[in-house]
Amino acid sequence: MAQDIEAFIDQEYKLGFETDVDMDQAPIGLNEDIIKLISKKKDEPEWMLQWRLKAYTKWLKMSEPNWAHVHFPPIDYQSISYYSAPKQKINSLDEVDPQILKTYERLGIPLEEQKILAGIAVDAVFDSVSVKTTFSENLAELGIIFCSISEAIKDHAELVQKYMASVVPMGDNYYACLNAAVFTDGTFAYIPKGVRCPMELSTYFRINALNSGQFERTLIIADEGSYVSYNEGCSAPMRDENQLHAAVVELITLKDAEIKYSTIQNWYPGDAEGKGGIYNFVTKRGKCLGDNSKISWTQVETGAAITWKYPSCILLGDNSRGEFYSVAITSLAQQADTGSKMIHLGKNTSSTIISKGISALKGSNAYRGLVKIRPQAHNARNFTQCDSLLIGDKCAAHTYPYIDVKNPTAQVEHEATTSKISDEQLFYTQTRGISEEQAISLIVNGFCKEVLNQLPMEFAVEAKALLSITLEGSVG
Amino acid sequence: MILDIKNLDVSIANKEVLKGLDLKVNKGEVHVIMGLNGTGKSTLLKAISGSYETVSKGKMDFLGESLLELSADERAVKGVFMSFQNPIEIPGVNTIYFLRTAVNEQRITRGEEELSSVDFMKILQEKMSFLDIDKAILQRSVNVGFSGGEKKKSEILQMMMLEPQLLLLDEIDSGLDIDALKSVAKGINALHSSETAMIIVTHYNRLLEYVKPDFVHILDQGKIVKTAGAELAKELEDKGYENVLETP
Repeated sequence: MAQDIEAFIDQEYKLGFETDVDMDQAPIGLNEDIIKLISKKKDEPEWMLQWRLKAYTKWLKMSEPNWAHVHFPPIDYQSISYYSAPKQKINSLDEVDPQILKTYERLGIPLEEQKILAGIAVDAVFDSVSVKTTFSENLAELGIIFCSISEAIKDHAELVQKYMASVVPMGDNYYACLNAAVFTDGTFAYIPKGVRCPMELSTYFRINALNSGQFERTLIIADEGSYVSYNEGCSAPMRDENQLHAAVVELITLKDAEIKYSTIQNWYPGDAEGKGGIYNFVTKRGKCLGDNSKISWTQVETGAAITWKYPSCILLGDNSRGEFYSVAITSLAQQADTGSKMIHLGKNTSSTIISKGISALKGSNAYRGLVKIRPQAHNARNFTQCDSLLIGDKCAAHTYPYIDVKNPTAQVEHEATTSKISDEQLFYTQTRGISEEQAISLIVNGFCKEVLNQLPMEFAVEAKALLSITLEGSVG
Repeated sequence: MILDIKNLDVSIANKEVLKGLDLKVNKGEVHVIMGLNGTGKSTLLKAISGSYETVSKGKMDFLGESLLELSADERAVKGVFMSFQNPIEIPGVNTIYFLRTAVNEQRITRGEEELSSVDFMKILQEKMSFLDIDKAILQRSVNVGFSGGEKKKSEILQMMMLEPQLLLLDEIDSGLDIDALKSVAKGINALHSSETAMIIVTHYNRLLEYVKPDFVHILDQGKIVKTAGAELAKELEDKGYENVLETP
C-alpha cells in the first residue's frame, strides 16, 4: 500500500515544460555594472538606480540566514543571470510572442477572452519582465492602478517612493536586500479611497530561462476604506540546476482598508533525490497602517525544492487585524520552513494563524511563527493553530512557535496537532467504493479545508487540482 | 450463490487467525456469526471486504468471481459493503460530501451516470427520515464527535445509499439504545431481499428479535464449528459457549 501512495504522490511535475523564445539575457554574475544594466534596460529614473546600488553595497556586507530548518549547498550568486527577457518589445497583446501566450495557456491562464469572462485582471511576469497587464484601462476608470512595478516606478514615482521599502526595509534580510538591488519586475497596485476593487487582481510568475533567477517585487497599497483581493501563481520548467527566486511583497492598508492576498506556489520541486528545483526565498509582509484595517494572507505551497517564507502582518492601527492561512506540502525531497509573524502594536488588534503542513515521501516541513505583543498593544488577541499531517514514515514535521508578550491584557492561544493518514482511514473510505487515490485526496482535502475555504473560488479550484483533488464541491 | 468461501486461511500480521474456513451464502439468506472474543469474527468480515491487514489464501468467490485479487474499493463497487464495529473518523470531510462521493464514484466505476444533486438529496432525505437520523450530521465531519448511536445509524445510512448486494455487519448492535437498535434493524430489513444476503457478527440475541436469521454459525479457533437455525443464538445466550460447544 505504501508504494501505491508513493506512486500517487510522486506524480510528474505537469508544468515542467520549457518555452523556446528568443531571450535577451544579461551576462552571468553580479556587480555594479549588472545593476546599472538592469536599471538601464528598464529605463529607470536615477533615484531608482541609486537606491539599487545602495542596496547592493549593503548586501555585500550581509550574510545568509542559517536558522531555518533547511539544508542546501552554498549558492553561487555569481553563477546566476540577473536579467532575462523575451527580446521582442511589446505594445499590445497581439504582439506578444505566440510561444509565450501558449505557455500561459498551458498554465491555464489565458490572457484573453476567458479571463475577460472570468473577470480577472492578470499581470503575467515571464522571467524578468511583465508581459502584459490586462484590464488596466477598465480599472483605471475607478482610479485603480494595476501595472508592473517597472511602469509604476516611471509613472507613479511619488507612490512608489513613499511606500516602497516602508514595510520591508532595504536591508531587512539577505534575500530581501539582494532583491532590492536586482529586482526586475513585479506588480504594483493602488486602490484609491473608498473603492472596492470589482475584480480579482492576479499575477502569474514563470521562470523560463536557464540559469536565471527571478526577483520580483510587489507593492500593493489600499487607501482608506478600500478593498482588494489579489492572487498570484507561479511555475517553472524542470531543470537539474537549482534556480533562485527571491521576491519581496509589501502590502499597506490605510484606515478601514482591506487586502486579501492569495498565493498558489507551484514552482518545480526538483526530483525525488533532491536534484534541481526552485529555491523559494521570499519576504512577504503587510502593514496595517490605519485603524480598523485588515490584511489576510492565504497560501498554498506545493512546489519549490526549498521554501523559506513567512508572510507577516504589522498591526499598527488600532483594531487592525492580520490573518495567515497556509497549506504547505512537502513531498519528494522538498523542504519547507514557513509560517508567519504577527506583530501587535495597536490597541485591540487581533490575528489568526492557521497552518496546515503535509509531509510525504522524504519531505520535511517546519512551521515557524512569531506572535509578538508590544507593551502599547492593549487587548491584543491571537489564535494560532498548526496541524501537521504525515504520509508514510520517511517524512518529517517540525513546529517552532515563538510567543513574546509584553502586555498583560493580551490573549494568546496556540494549538498544535500531528496526525498520520492511517490505513484504517483509507480502508474505511475504500469500503465505500472510493479508490485509494481518491481516498487520499479526500482525507488531505479535509485536512486543509479551513485554509482552502479562504481562497477565492477559482483559486480554490486550482489549489484542489494541485492537491490532486478532482472532487467538486468539497470546499464551501 | 452469492458468496462461496472454501478452505480459507487468513492471517493478520503473520498470525494465522482463520484456518480452513468454509461458508456458503445464497441470495436472500441472513447468516449470523457468533463466537467468543478473538475467534476471528471481525477478521472474516475484514477479509471479505479486502482490508490491508488481512492476508487471505483459499477460495472466496462473490457471484462466481474471486474477490481475493480485488482491492477494497473494487469489491465495494461489485456490491460488497461492510459496516464497521468502530467507524473511522475523517476530520474536515462532510458526511454529505463523503456520501455523495461514494455514491457517484461507484456509479462512475460501473459506467452509470452520476446522480444530480437534486436526485441525490431527494433519495438521501427519504432514507434519513426512514432511519430517523438528524439532518445535522450531514454537515459534520465523517464520524467526528458522533455518538455511538449516530455512528451506527450513519453506517446503515451509507449502506442504504449504496445498495450493496452483500451486507457485512460487524457488531452493528453494540452500544445502541433500544430506539436506535430499532432504527438500525429497520434499515437492515429494508435491504433484505431475494437478491441480497447478509452476514451479521454479533454477541447478542437482541438484534435477532428484529432481524430473523436463516443460519447461526459459531466460530471457534478459526473455523465454523457449529451451524444451526435462529434457535442456536437463543441457546447460546441461555447456556453460554462452553456448554453449547460441548453438546455434540
